[in-house]
Amino acid sequence: MSRARRWEKIERPFVAKELMMSDYIASIGLEVHVQLKTRSKMFCACPAHDESEPNTAVCPGCLGMPGTLPVINREAIRKTVKVGLMIGSKINRRSTFDRKNYFYPDVSKNVQITQAAAPLCVGGGIEIDVGGQKKFIRVNHIHQEEDVAKSLHMEHSTWIDFNRAGMALMELVTEPDMASPDEAVAFLVALKEMLVYAGISDCNLELGHVRCDVNSSVRPVGSEQLGVKTELKNMNTFKGIHRALEYEIERQMETLRAGGTVVQETRRWDDPTGQTLPMRTKESAHDYRYFHEPDLPPIVLDDATIEGWRAELPELPAAKRARFMADYGLPEYDAGVLTADRAIADYFEAVAKKSGQFKASSNWVMGELLRALGEQGETIAAAKITPDALAALIALVEAQTISHSAAKEVFQELFENGGDPEALVKEKGLAQVSDTGMIDQLAEQAIAANPKVAEDYRAGKEAALKFLMGQVMKLSRGAANPQLATEALRRKLQ
Amino acid sequence: MSGSPVDWGVSEAADALARKEVSAVELAQALLARADKLEPQLNALTWRDSEAVLTAARAADEARAGGDSRPLLGVPVAVKDVLSVAGQPCTAGSKILQGYVAPFDATAIARLRAAGCIFIARTNTDEFAMGGSTETSVYGPTRNPWDVARVPGGSSGGSAAAVAARLAPAALATDSSGSIRQPAAFCGVTGFKPSYGRVSRFGCVALASSLDQVGPMARSVADAAAIYQAMAGHDARDSTTSARPVGDVLAAVRAAKDLCGLKLGVPAEFFMPELDAGVAQRVRAAVDECRALGAQIVEVSLPHTAYGMADYFVLSAAEASSNLARYDGVRYGFRADADELGDMYDQTRGQGFGAEVKRRLLVGTYVLCRGAAEEYYRRAQQVRTRIRRDFEQAFAACDAIAGPVTLTAAFPLGARRDDPVSMYRGDSLTATANLAGLCALSVPCGFTAEGLPVGLQILAPAFHDELALRIGAAYQQATAWHESRPPMGED
Repeated sequence: MSRARRWEKIERPFVAKELMMSDYIASIGLEVHVQLKTRSKMFCACPAHDESEPNTAVCPGCLGMPGTLPVINREAIRKTVKVGLMIGSKINRRSTFDRKNYFYPDVSKNVQITQAAAPLCVGGGIEIDVGGQKKFIRVNHIHQEEDVAKSLHMEHSTWIDFNRAGMALMELVTEPDMASPDEAVAFLVALKEMLVYAGISDCNLELGHVRCDVNSSVRPVGSEQLGVKTELKNMNTFKGIHRALEYEIERQMETLRAGGTVVQETRRWDDPTGQTLPMRTKESAHDYRYFHEPDLPPIVLDDATIEGWRAELPELPAAKRARFMADYGLPEYDAGVLTADRAIADYFEAVAKKSGQFKASSNWVMGELLRALGEQGETIAAAKITPDALAALIALVEAQTISHSAAKEVFQELFENGGDPEALVKEKGLAQVSDTGMIDQLAEQAIAANPKVAEDYRAGKEAALKFLMGQVMKLSRGAANPQLATEALRRKLQ
Repeated sequence: MSGSPVDWGVSEAADALARKEVSAVELAQALLARADKLEPQLNALTWRDSEAVLTAARAADEARAGGDSRPLLGVPVAVKDVLSVAGQPCTAGSKILQGYVAPFDATAIARLRAAGCIFIARTNTDEFAMGGSTETSVYGPTRNPWDVARVPGGSSGGSAAAVAARLAPAALATDSSGSIRQPAAFCGVTGFKPSYGRVSRFGCVALASSLDQVGPMARSVADAAAIYQAMAGHDARDSTTSARPVGDVLAAVRAAKDLCGLKLGVPAEFFMPELDAGVAQRVRAAVDECRALGAQIVEVSLPHTAYGMADYFVLSAAEASSNLARYDGVRYGFRADADELGDMYDQTRGQGFGAEVKRRLLVGTYVLCRGAAEEYYRRAQQVRTRIRRDFEQAFAACDAIAGPVTLTAAFPLGARRDDPVSMYRGDSLTATANLAGLCALSVPCGFTAEGLPVGLQILAPAFHDELALRIGAAYQQATAWHESRPPMGED
């Protein structure tokens, strides 16, 4: 299953319309703002990701007090460059900051420090997979900037929380390469997966770690030139983006079909009514008067630094999937599920390596482990069963020391409380009886007690064997090795 | 130690304090008393808190009694109203910062505080350092101690007047196009604009970030060097400061004797037609004095000098339009009453800023606009590169450059108030040093026929601050112009 499909299964309760089947083609471009996982803010020493009381994680710098100056957070630069390296961008060896000028109370200086002329990363892209169709979405650039404060609009006033002001943001801008809401969401899912994998961002959508400006336009099939675009500002759920795009693309198509023209404008998604509504047109658009930020010297990166950062990159999901299929002989489905979360993938690898039973390891991780985690709404960190313990449990099953159903019972115990599977099997008396003398004896007992059933079997009724098996298991209190028991019964019944 | 404590410079005051001939409290009291007496005429200071000053002075005296022997312990310094001193108002001479009290020290202040200095008062400035006469301040104009009918220059006119009138042995100021050097020349004191990146701008209300530089004003080069030495050097909080070591500038300055071996360039373009004849005569005489001290005088050319003023104006207005955007009434300072956000911005900024600031914000906003930026902002950057190259070529032929600081001596109050271009033209000889990032010194070099001070400007390549100061120190050892006092407050 592709990444997009997996997401669909997990998060998407609606059915995509067949937008591509119409007389128009849609083009979608994304501007994705991602809050980086840094300890301090982009240009001051205030703690980032501070969820405490409003306006407590602030200093004269992020409040824009007179005389304060920005200082570049090197960790943010490192993280943004790593994103560029992951998606194959060209890393600018010399990158500069610019000022974006506009008045709004959430921008403490009424100036946002961003990058316009020479961003950190240029080009690159991400391959997406929608319903088995692979497509490369080009990225125009990734730049570094600072977040703005959070505004809380009350009835007669607006409250501003500057805790968020100045947090490190990266903004990734794609080319208008996506043709459907599904593709746009597949891109975001793939990007998010990558960013979480590499520890760039937690990408927690509820906390606003990822915010998107969504540009879309439509053009008649056969036309080479992109249509007039509209921009949907500040979208922060993938579901919302999908719904908004479905609506907006359909709206643009309807407008054109009715002989109208699409106005270049900024619109906003009104979730309750399921509509996009106009915010401002291009004519009233800002002139941000970008110019070089004189308070910050250029960021100069040498090859050694960049290569050092490249060496820190984790194996990315796509590469890991391919490797899991090649090295462990896993089906594509297994590889996809196991690599969706880096911690799960690492866990699987540890189990597989220890046990040497690759497919069994995959089955246990995908089956019991993910089920148990899902039931508790927990991450792998909450599981008390170590990879070594799971590997040992798998070995017990493979050696037919315990039955599969007994193993599940042991797993649940280990998942909740941890411990050693062998000791647990012994303690619970779950070990299978593989003593053929004992099993022969039980088989004879079962046959003797059920002559009619034995007769049925001899007459060719295969199902009769199952009944006798049940009797053997009952006599052994579930401990008999089922395979040996079957063999013994067949032998005795001949 | 001779004379009244108010007459002492930095080193004299420091020596007297070290020898316990005077206490820091006594020194501060003498200066505060003099300020009480002269301020009605001068209006050099925007704020002073005698109680706080005396408390700091007492602490310095106690520290000394406890064995503290920091060289600047107890030395009072006045501070231009654009530098943040924790707990003091910092208003940049503007109504829009009414009520704002700085919650932190500027780096320059923190370093002087660590060196033991006492911040005795805040000095007047043109609003947001925009001006050349200290007439645009919300606190009213400062007057020149040599002639109270004249301006002290600007924008650091308060600091210059305070040092000249002996309200403080030294003062801190800022210079974006001559705001230290020009008032120093007008008031007959020594003013030093360090190389860009030499003194941290952290905590300094920004006018034009790529041009602003914090520097000292004092009554001698040695005193200016002492203050400079205490505050210069890399600062992690200002990314534009240089990591190059500062060196022992003070020792080098004290050791300066003559100018033997020095190639001193004199640019023909500095002696432009607009240069007042009396000023030109004094500066040429000063160049001769340098020759007499052993300097080899060479003629150099700075062809783009004439564009300096306009270039500064475009670039500084552009940066200022962005730097001053933060004064919006939302978080601190003055806020006008209004029902709606846009109105609040308009009213706050409309009432909070004076005419000169508004003029520059309009120009700065315009030159950055789509359509105009190519013609103005980008072209101004290209001109800046040409000006920088002029100096690179000139410094290939000489070690330092000497010339006038100002086109005229101090002009009468109000003379240029309604003629902004003539006011801007006053920066013609000083703006290029900021555009090129050089260090530049202004030292008194005589008087016009009307008895007004004239300044000699000494420019050295970026990060050759020690050289500029050494030349100035040698000049002051051979001359006594810097020892002249304005006829003020003598009973």
